[in-house]
Amino acid sequence: MNIFKIKSRSLWIASLFLQVLATPAHAMHIAEGILPFNWAALWFAVAVPFVAIGIRRLNALAKDDLSFKPLVGLMAAVVFIISCMPIPVPTAGTCSHPCGTGIASILVGPFVSILITSVALLIQALFLAHGGLTTWGADIVSMGVVGSFAAWFTFKGLRRLGAGLAVSGFMAGLLADWGTYLTTSVELASGIRGDAPFLPLFWKILIAFIPTQLPLGILEGAMTAGMVVLLYKKRPDLLVKMKVLRAEEVAV
Amino acid sequence: MNRGTGTRDWGVVKKLLILSLFGIYFCLPTSVFCSEKWPGVDESVVEKYAKEHGREAWTPFINTDQGDLLLFVFLLAGAVGGFVAGYSWRMLIVEKAPGIKEAAQKKKS
Repeated sequence: MNIFKIKSRSLWIASLFLQVLATPAHAMHIAEGILPFNWAALWFAVAVPFVAIGIRRLNALAKDDLSFKPLVGLMAAVVFIISCMPIPVPTAGTCSHPCGTGIASILVGPFVSILITSVALLIQALFLAHGGLTTWGADIVSMGVVGSFAAWFTFKGLRRLGAGLAVSGFMAGLLADWGTYLTTSVELASGIRGDAPFLPLFWKILIAFIPTQLPLGILEGAMTAGMVVLLYKKRPDLLVKMKVLRAEEVAV
Repeated sequence: MNRGTGTRDWGVVKKLLILSLFGIYFCLPTSVFCSEKWPGVDESVVEKYAKEHGREAWTPFINTDQGDLLLFVFLLAGAVGGFVAGYSWRMLIVEKAPGIKEAAQKKKS
Protein backbone atom coordinates (compact mmCIF):
# COMPACT_ATOMS: atom_id res chain seq x y z
CA MET A 1 0.00 0.00 0.00
CA ASN A 2 2.88 2.27 0.87
CA ILE A 3 4.34 1.72 -2.60
CA PHE A 4 1.04 2.81 -4.18
CA LYS A 5 1.05 5.90 -2.01
CA ILE A 6 4.62 6.73 -3.05
CA LYS A 7 3.89 6.10 -6.73
CA SER A 8 0.73 8.17 -6.72
CA ARG A 9 2.54 11.03 -4.97
CA SER A 10 5.39 10.95 -7.50
CA LEU A 11 2.90 10.79 -10.37
CA TRP A 12 0.92 13.64 -8.89
CA ILE A 13 4.03 15.83 -8.60
CA ALA A 14 5.11 14.88 -12.15
CA SER A 15 1.67 15.62 -13.62
CA LEU A 16 1.50 18.96 -11.81
CA PHE A 17 4.81 20.01 -13.31
CA LEU A 18 3.70 18.76 -16.73
CA GLN A 19 0.54 20.82 -16.63
CA VAL A 20 2.37 23.91 -15.51
CA LEU A 21 5.19 23.56 -17.99
CA ALA A 22 3.16 22.78 -21.08
CA THR A 23 3.53 26.28 -22.52
CA PRO A 24 6.37 27.93 -24.43
CA ALA A 25 8.81 29.89 -22.31
CA HIS A 26 8.60 33.60 -21.72
CA ALA A 27 11.32 34.52 -19.34
CA MET A 28 13.99 36.81 -18.13
CA HIS A 29 17.13 34.98 -19.26
CA ILE A 30 19.05 37.24 -21.63
CA ALA A 31 18.47 35.83 -25.11
CA GLU A 32 21.14 34.63 -27.53
CA GLY A 33 23.25 37.38 -29.08
CA ILE A 34 21.81 40.31 -27.11
CA LEU A 35 25.12 41.10 -25.37
CA PRO A 36 28.18 42.20 -27.36
CA PHE A 37 31.15 39.81 -27.33
CA ASN A 38 33.30 41.70 -24.80
CA TRP A 39 30.48 41.92 -22.25
CA ALA A 40 29.47 38.29 -22.78
CA ALA A 41 33.13 37.25 -22.25
CA LEU A 42 33.40 39.36 -19.09
CA TRP A 43 30.36 37.70 -17.50
CA PHE A 44 31.76 34.28 -18.43
CA ALA A 45 35.01 35.19 -16.67
CA VAL A 46 33.09 36.27 -13.58
CA ALA A 47 31.01 33.08 -13.53
CA VAL A 48 33.78 30.49 -14.07
CA PRO A 49 35.44 30.61 -10.58
CA PHE A 50 32.07 30.27 -8.84
CA VAL A 51 31.13 27.25 -10.97
CA ALA A 52 34.57 25.67 -10.35
CA ILE A 53 34.21 26.07 -6.58
CA GLY A 54 30.69 24.65 -6.90
CA ILE A 55 32.05 21.47 -8.57
CA ARG A 56 34.70 21.02 -5.84
CA ARG A 57 32.16 21.61 -3.09
CA LEU A 58 29.68 19.13 -4.61
CA ASN A 59 32.36 16.42 -4.85
CA ALA A 60 33.51 17.01 -1.28
CA LEU A 61 29.99 16.97 0.19
CA ALA A 62 28.83 13.95 -1.85
CA LYS A 63 31.82 11.95 -0.57
CA ASP A 64 30.96 12.64 3.06
CA ASP A 65 27.24 12.10 2.95
CA LEU A 66 25.16 9.86 0.69
CA SER A 67 21.93 11.72 1.38
CA PHE A 68 23.43 14.82 -0.23
CA LYS A 69 22.94 13.43 -3.76
CA PRO A 70 19.13 13.10 -3.65
CA LEU A 71 18.96 16.57 -2.11
CA VAL A 72 21.05 17.99 -4.96
CA GLY A 73 18.87 16.04 -7.44
CA LEU A 74 15.75 17.54 -5.93
CA MET A 75 17.17 21.05 -5.94
CA ALA A 76 18.41 20.69 -9.55
CA ALA A 77 14.93 19.63 -10.66
CA VAL A 78 13.33 22.44 -8.66
CA VAL A 79 15.65 25.13 -10.09
CA PHE A 80 15.28 23.78 -13.63
CA ILE A 81 11.49 23.58 -13.47
CA ILE A 82 10.89 26.83 -11.60
CA SER A 83 13.24 28.84 -13.81
CA CYS A 84 11.41 27.88 -16.99
CA MET A 85 7.91 28.07 -15.60
CA PRO A 86 6.15 31.13 -17.02
CA ILE A 87 3.75 32.62 -14.49
CA PRO A 88 1.20 35.18 -15.67
CA VAL A 89 1.07 38.41 -13.67
CA PRO A 90 -2.36 39.97 -14.35
CA THR A 91 -1.45 43.32 -12.78
CA ALA A 92 1.29 43.72 -15.41
CA GLY A 93 -0.24 41.65 -18.22
CA THR A 94 3.07 39.86 -18.68
CA CYS A 95 4.64 36.52 -17.82
CA SER A 96 7.86 35.77 -16.02
CA HIS A 97 9.30 33.12 -13.77
CA PRO A 98 10.74 32.76 -10.29
CA CYS A 99 14.35 31.54 -10.00
CA GLY A 100 14.40 28.75 -7.42
CA THR A 101 17.91 29.71 -6.35
CA GLY A 102 16.69 30.88 -2.95
CA ILE A 103 15.66 27.45 -1.73
CA ALA A 104 18.64 25.74 -3.42
CA SER A 105 21.10 28.12 -1.78
CA ILE A 106 19.58 27.67 1.69
CA LEU A 107 19.64 23.87 1.47
CA VAL A 108 22.81 23.00 -0.44
CA GLY A 109 24.84 26.19 -0.05
CA PRO A 110 25.48 29.03 -2.50
CA PHE A 111 28.28 27.41 -4.52
CA VAL A 112 26.44 24.14 -5.23
CA SER A 113 23.37 26.25 -6.00
CA ILE A 114 25.41 28.17 -8.60
CA LEU A 115 26.52 24.88 -10.17
CA ILE A 116 22.94 23.58 -10.28
CA THR A 117 21.77 26.85 -11.84
CA SER A 118 24.45 26.80 -14.52
CA VAL A 119 23.49 23.26 -15.57
CA ALA A 120 19.80 24.21 -15.66
CA LEU A 121 20.59 27.32 -17.71
CA LEU A 122 22.73 25.32 -20.14
CA ILE A 123 19.96 22.78 -20.81
CA GLN A 124 17.44 25.59 -21.25
CA ALA A 125 19.74 27.47 -23.65
CA LEU A 126 20.50 24.34 -25.68
CA PHE A 127 17.09 22.77 -26.04
CA LEU A 128 14.36 25.13 -24.86
CA ALA A 129 15.24 28.30 -26.82
CA HIS A 130 15.39 29.92 -23.38
CA GLY A 131 18.40 32.13 -22.68
CA GLY A 132 21.44 31.61 -24.86
CA LEU A 133 24.89 30.06 -25.05
CA THR A 134 26.60 33.41 -25.64
CA THR A 135 24.73 34.91 -22.69
CA TRP A 136 25.15 31.83 -20.48
CA GLY A 137 27.82 33.53 -18.34
CA ALA A 138 25.66 36.62 -17.77
CA ASP A 139 22.66 34.46 -16.87
CA ILE A 140 24.79 32.40 -14.44
CA VAL A 141 25.98 35.58 -12.73
CA SER A 142 22.50 37.12 -12.37
CA MET A 143 20.49 34.06 -11.44
CA GLY A 144 23.16 31.77 -10.03
CA VAL A 145 25.74 33.94 -8.30
CA VAL A 146 23.67 36.94 -7.20
CA GLY A 147 20.47 34.95 -6.59
CA SER A 148 22.23 32.30 -4.52
CA PHE A 149 24.37 34.66 -2.45
CA ALA A 150 21.51 37.13 -1.87
CA ALA A 151 19.39 34.27 -0.52
CA TRP A 152 22.19 32.74 1.56
CA PHE A 153 23.29 35.99 3.22
CA THR A 154 19.69 37.03 3.87
CA PHE A 155 18.76 33.67 5.38
CA LYS A 156 21.87 33.37 7.55
CA GLY A 157 21.70 37.02 8.61
CA LEU A 158 18.04 36.87 9.60
CA ARG A 159 18.49 33.56 11.44
CA ARG A 160 21.37 35.08 13.37
CA LEU A 161 19.10 38.00 14.30
CA GLY A 162 16.60 35.50 15.68
CA ALA A 163 14.03 35.46 12.86
CA GLY A 164 11.93 32.34 12.37
CA LEU A 165 12.51 29.76 9.67
CA ALA A 166 9.52 30.85 7.57
CA VAL A 167 10.32 34.58 7.73
CA SER A 168 14.00 34.00 6.90
CA GLY A 169 13.03 31.67 4.03
CA PHE A 170 10.52 34.18 2.68
CA MET A 171 12.99 37.08 2.71
CA ALA A 172 15.71 34.87 1.18
CA GLY A 173 13.45 33.87 -1.73
CA LEU A 174 12.24 37.44 -2.21
CA LEU A 175 15.72 38.95 -2.32
CA ALA A 176 17.09 36.14 -4.50
CA ASP A 177 14.44 36.99 -7.09
CA TRP A 178 14.79 40.76 -6.90
CA GLY A 179 18.59 40.52 -6.79
CA THR A 180 18.54 38.45 -9.96
CA TYR A 181 16.50 41.01 -11.88
CA LEU A 182 18.55 43.89 -10.51
CA THR A 183 21.67 42.19 -11.88
CA THR A 184 19.98 41.43 -15.20
CA SER A 185 19.25 45.17 -15.47
CA VAL A 186 22.93 45.98 -14.81
CA GLU A 187 24.10 43.40 -17.37
CA LEU A 188 21.65 44.52 -20.00
CA ALA A 189 22.18 48.25 -19.52
CA SER A 190 25.97 47.93 -19.56
CA GLY A 191 25.91 45.62 -22.59
CA ILE A 192 23.50 47.39 -24.91
CA ARG A 193 24.00 51.06 -24.04
CA GLY A 194 26.67 51.80 -26.68
CA ASP A 195 27.55 55.48 -26.21
CA ALA A 196 24.48 56.24 -24.12
CA PRO A 197 24.97 56.89 -20.38
CA PHE A 198 24.59 53.82 -18.15
CA LEU A 199 22.37 55.02 -15.29
CA PRO A 200 19.29 56.31 -17.17
CA LEU A 201 19.09 53.09 -19.19
CA PHE A 202 19.65 50.97 -16.07
CA TRP A 203 16.77 52.68 -14.24
CA LYS A 204 14.55 52.41 -17.32
CA ILE A 205 15.10 48.63 -17.53
CA LEU A 206 14.79 48.11 -13.78
CA ILE A 207 11.53 50.07 -13.61
CA ALA A 208 10.19 48.06 -16.56
CA PHE A 209 10.86 44.84 -14.61
CA ILE A 210 9.08 46.04 -11.46
CA PRO A 211 5.38 45.45 -12.35
CA THR A 212 6.13 41.81 -13.14
CA GLN A 213 8.87 40.99 -10.66
CA LEU A 214 7.44 42.72 -7.60
CA PRO A 215 4.59 40.20 -7.22
CA LEU A 216 6.69 37.31 -8.52
CA GLY A 217 9.35 38.02 -5.90
CA ILE A 218 6.68 37.78 -3.21
CA LEU A 219 5.51 34.49 -4.74
CA GLU A 220 9.08 33.20 -4.77
CA GLY A 221 9.46 34.21 -1.12
CA ALA A 222 6.30 32.30 -0.21
CA MET A 223 7.46 29.23 -2.18
CA THR A 224 10.87 29.28 -0.50
CA ALA A 225 9.38 29.66 2.99
CA GLY A 226 6.90 26.86 2.25
CA MET A 227 9.61 24.47 1.11
CA VAL A 228 11.88 25.19 4.09
CA VAL A 229 9.01 24.69 6.53
CA LEU A 230 7.90 21.51 4.74
CA LEU A 231 11.40 20.05 4.96
CA TYR A 232 11.56 21.08 8.62
CA LYS A 233 8.40 19.07 9.26
CA LYS A 234 9.47 16.05 7.19
CA ARG A 235 13.25 15.84 7.62
CA PRO A 236 14.52 18.19 10.37
CA ASP A 237 17.68 16.04 10.63
CA LEU A 238 18.51 16.95 7.02
CA LEU A 239 18.29 20.65 7.83
CA VAL A 240 20.65 20.10 10.75
CA LYS A 241 23.06 18.18 8.52
CA MET A 242 23.01 20.96 5.93
CA LYS A 243 23.60 23.50 8.74
CA VAL A 244 20.31 25.24 8.09
CA LEU A 245 19.33 24.58 11.73
CA ARG A 246 21.28 23.80 14.91
CA ALA A 247 20.68 20.39 16.50
CA GLU A 248 19.27 21.95 19.69
CA GLU A 249 16.61 23.77 17.65
CA VAL A 250 15.27 20.44 16.38
CA ALA A 251 15.55 18.48 19.62
CA VAL A 252 12.74 20.49 21.26
CA MET B 1 -15.57 24.91 22.26
CA ASN B 2 -14.72 21.79 20.34
CA ARG B 3 -11.06 22.25 19.54
CA GLY B 4 -11.03 19.62 16.78
CA THR B 5 -13.97 21.15 14.93
CA GLY B 6 -12.48 24.59 15.28
CA THR B 7 -9.25 23.46 13.64
CA ARG B 8 -11.19 21.81 10.82
CA ASP B 9 -13.25 24.96 10.25
CA TRP B 10 -10.10 27.04 10.12
CA GLY B 11 -8.68 24.58 7.58
CA VAL B 12 -11.76 25.00 5.35
CA VAL B 13 -11.58 28.80 5.69
CA LYS B 14 -7.90 28.72 4.74
CA LYS B 15 -8.60 26.58 1.67
CA LEU B 16 -11.44 28.88 0.58
CA LEU B 17 -9.23 31.92 1.09
CA ILE B 18 -6.43 30.46 -1.03
CA LEU B 19 -8.91 29.42 -3.75
CA SER B 20 -10.52 32.86 -3.86
CA LEU B 21 -7.12 34.55 -4.00
CA PHE B 22 -6.19 32.36 -6.98
CA GLY B 23 -9.56 33.17 -8.55
CA ILE B 24 -9.09 36.92 -8.14
CA TYR B 25 -5.52 36.66 -9.43
CA PHE B 26 -6.42 34.88 -12.64
CA CYS B 27 -9.71 36.69 -13.31
CA LEU B 28 -8.18 40.14 -13.07
CA PRO B 29 -8.15 41.92 -16.43
CA THR B 30 -4.71 42.20 -17.99
CA SER B 31 -3.03 45.54 -17.63
CA VAL B 32 -3.62 48.37 -20.07
CA PHE B 33 0.15 48.71 -20.35
CA CYS B 34 0.41 45.70 -22.67
CA SER B 35 -1.00 45.61 -26.16
CA GLU B 36 -0.14 41.94 -26.62
CA LYS B 37 -1.49 39.29 -24.25
CA TRP B 38 0.93 37.76 -21.76
CA PRO B 39 4.30 38.49 -23.36
CA GLY B 40 7.31 37.35 -21.35
CA VAL B 41 9.57 39.97 -19.81
CA ASP B 42 12.21 38.76 -22.26
CA GLU B 43 10.08 40.30 -25.02
CA SER B 44 8.48 43.18 -23.15
CA VAL B 45 11.69 44.33 -21.42
CA VAL B 46 14.94 42.62 -22.48
CA GLU B 47 14.44 42.38 -26.26
CA LYS B 48 12.50 45.65 -26.44
CA TYR B 49 15.31 47.74 -24.90
CA ALA B 50 18.00 45.76 -26.72
CA LYS B 51 16.26 46.49 -30.03
CA GLU B 52 16.02 50.19 -29.16
CA HIS B 53 19.80 50.17 -28.77
CA GLY B 54 20.50 48.25 -31.96
CA ARG B 55 20.93 44.75 -30.50
CA GLU B 56 18.65 41.98 -31.67
CA ALA B 57 18.34 38.42 -30.39
CA TRP B 58 19.80 35.71 -32.62
CA THR B 59 18.00 32.55 -33.56
CA PRO B 60 18.99 29.90 -30.98
CA PHE B 61 21.78 27.50 -32.08
CA ILE B 62 19.37 24.60 -31.71
CA ASN B 63 16.13 26.22 -32.72
CA THR B 64 13.27 24.36 -31.09
CA ASP B 65 11.03 27.42 -31.34
CA GLN B 66 9.24 26.09 -34.43
CA GLY B 67 5.56 25.27 -34.36
CA ASP B 68 4.61 22.77 -31.70
CA LEU B 69 8.19 21.53 -31.34
CA LEU B 70 8.82 23.90 -28.43
CA LEU B 71 5.67 22.65 -26.74
CA PHE B 72 6.95 19.08 -27.10
CA VAL B 73 10.40 19.95 -25.75
CA PHE B 74 8.87 21.73 -22.76
CA LEU B 75 6.57 18.81 -22.11
CA LEU B 76 9.53 16.44 -22.22
CA ALA B 77 11.60 18.69 -19.95
CA GLY B 78 8.67 18.96 -17.54
CA ALA B 79 8.24 15.19 -17.48
CA VAL B 80 11.94 14.53 -16.83
CA GLY B 81 12.18 17.36 -14.26
CA GLY B 82 9.00 16.17 -12.54
CA PHE B 83 10.25 12.59 -12.43
CA VAL B 84 13.64 13.61 -10.98
CA ALA B 85 11.93 15.85 -8.40
CA GLY B 86 9.47 13.12 -7.40
CA TYR B 87 12.15 10.42 -7.26
CA SER B 88 14.55 12.56 -5.20
CA TRP B 89 11.73 13.56 -2.87
CA ARG B 90 10.88 9.89 -2.35
CA MET B 91 14.55 9.09 -1.65
CA LEU B 92 14.80 11.93 0.84
CA ILE B 93 11.48 11.82 2.62
CA VAL B 94 10.01 8.36 2.20
CA GLU B 95 13.11 6.19 2.09
CA LYS B 96 15.06 8.70 4.21
CA ALA B 97 17.98 8.64 1.75
CA PRO B 98 20.38 5.71 1.19
CA GLY B 99 22.89 6.77 3.81
CA ILE B 100 20.33 6.87 6.58
CA LYS B 101 18.70 3.63 5.45
CA GLU B 102 22.01 1.77 5.47
CA ALA B 103 22.95 3.22 8.83
CA ALA B 104 19.60 2.12 10.26
CA GLN B 105 20.04 -1.41 8.85
CA LYS B 106 23.57 -1.64 10.29
CA LYS B 107 22.27 -0.54 13.67
CA LYS B 108 19.58 -3.25 13.57
CA SER B 109 22.02 -6.03 12.66
